[in-house]
Amino acid sequence: MKRVRMHRAVSPWLFLLPGLGTVAAFNLYPFLTTFHKAFTDARTLTPGSWVGLRNFRELLEDEQFWVALRNSGLYVVLVVPFTVLLPLLLALLVQKRIPGVTFFRSAFYTPVVASVVVVALIWEWMLDDRGLVNAVLRFLGAGPVSFLGDEWLLLFSAMALTVWKGLGYYMIIYLAALANVPRELHEAAAVDGAGALRRFTAVTVPAVRSTMVLVGALSSVAAFKVFSEVYLLAGPTGGPAGQDTTLVMLLQRTGTGLGGRVGYSSAISLIVFAVALLLMLLVLRAGRRNGQG
Amino acid sequence: MSRITPWEKAVRYVLLLAVLALTVGPFLWQLSTSLKSTTEDIYTSPPRFLPAHPTGHNYAEVAKIVPVWDYALNSLKVAAANVLTNLAGASMAGYALARLRFRGRRAAGLAFVAAVLVPLESIVVAQFTMMRDLELNNTLVAVVLPGAVGALNVLLMRNAFAALPYETEEAAVIDGANAWQRFVRVALPSVKGTLAVVAIFSFMGAWDDFLWPLIVLSDPDRFTLTVGLNYLHGTFQQDPRLVAAGTVIAVAPLVVMFVCLQRYFFRGVGEGAVKG
Repeated sequence: MKRVRMHRAVSPWLFLLPGLGTVAAFNLYPFLTTFHKAFTDARTLTPGSWVGLRNFRELLEDEQFWVALRNSGLYVVLVVPFTVLLPLLLALLVQKRIPGVTFFRSAFYTPVVASVVVVALIWEWMLDDRGLVNAVLRFLGAGPVSFLGDEWLLLFSAMALTVWKGLGYYMIIYLAALANVPRELHEAAAVDGAGALRRFTAVTVPAVRSTMVLVGALSSVAAFKVFSEVYLLAGPTGGPAGQDTTLVMLLQRTGTGLGGRVGYSSAISLIVFAVALLLMLLVLRAGRRNGQG
Repeated sequence: MSRITPWEKAVRYVLLLAVLALTVGPFLWQLSTSLKSTTEDIYTSPPRFLPAHPTGHNYAEVAKIVPVWDYALNSLKVAAANVLTNLAGASMAGYALARLRFRGRRAAGLAFVAAVLVPLESIVVAQFTMMRDLELNNTLVAVVLPGAVGALNVLLMRNAFAALPYETEEAAVIDGANAWQRFVRVALPSVKGTLAVVAIFSFMGAWDDFLWPLIVLSDPDRFTLTVGLNYLHGTFQQDPRLVAAGTVIAVAPLVVMFVCLQRYFFRGVGEGAVKG
């Protein structure tokens, strides 16, 4: 009897050990050390000592930080409306059961499966001064446009890449939501003479509103944390005069390598964490308020 | 099922084809570039979509410049390890959270939820310092460790086990099976679908990951494919054919996997998004 009880008490923790151990050691513990190190002058090779808010005061005066904050913020503002709306339209397009539609549905998902490195290199080649896009523009008698030479065009190109890569992912999320919209609603609206646009705003949008909020939350957090797209298109130093640096690029650049300023970089990390959490809460709250109104 | 006019049908197909060109076209253009020979002009306007004399030359050439097949092997090792550790770790933890009663279960569940909420980007520098202290930097083990058991996967498995009817295990309990036997013989076979989702997303996540391997690997011999491609493109940018060949090598396995296992890819999106 005693053996059995012992067994009961111990075995759940044995089941949990690998998972809980990994998560505690490599997610939760690094988070705590990041919190601590943000208030120290730690470097990669030295543990450093407590400096209070000095890192944060330095950040306020660091021009690169403001550039990075602006870029990451702009990324949210300009990317999220597209990732909320375009995949919904796409989902409506592939929802109707017409021959071959499942093929299209799968094909649209391809960019999601590919690594961001692969798609960034594909886009870099397409947007090259002598690449596909400019070849087409030249053929039409326009351009060439130096997409990757100008700080703003470069940032916008990276944003377009982010939207493009996420289309299929969010489309699938919307498809699941659309499957639950009663068809009668659409038919009733059609009988009442509502056009396609009216049906979209009056029937579809209200029906998938909570999914739109979810997509908004997911994509705004993802957009704020952007790294790879910009890093690959603009290069490690963030494009012309570093003007395309994002926050995560900045924390990666300052915090790693042999001379990495871990303390300073941790302060940036905390800001990324705080803003990501805030964005999530804001979007979810906005969704709830709209729902009641 | 509402009827659909021929006119609407035509518009739909036109739109579908346009989106197809936008989403898949770039991959085909890259494939085409990778097959064009060194003597063929790749900068023509209007662009030529099919290679004049398709050749595998660029694939051989890219392997001479960077050890692209070694990179692929490294990526494969990392991805395979990630699949195994996630399958084992997440299913065990998920089972305990869903099916076993013990003190501290709520707290353990909360720890996984908290871990999901911490953005990886905000802890990579701390993880990097940690790997340095453990003297694991610049090893494939360091690439695998932080994601060895994803918190989200644990929650997915917990939900899958929680959805099983209790009767499934009752017979086994009466037969005197202990927790481990119930887990392996009864519970695991009933959640194969979710296991497949976890396996696929673990593979894809590891194969496609960039930020973490970029930070933790410094020796070009140890690079995974994504970091190696970044290295290739930084050093040998001048010939798009070679970069194209490299990207095709990196993306082909996943596209094949996706074509074979689409169902699970789509299921994973739904479960990951809604419950994450």
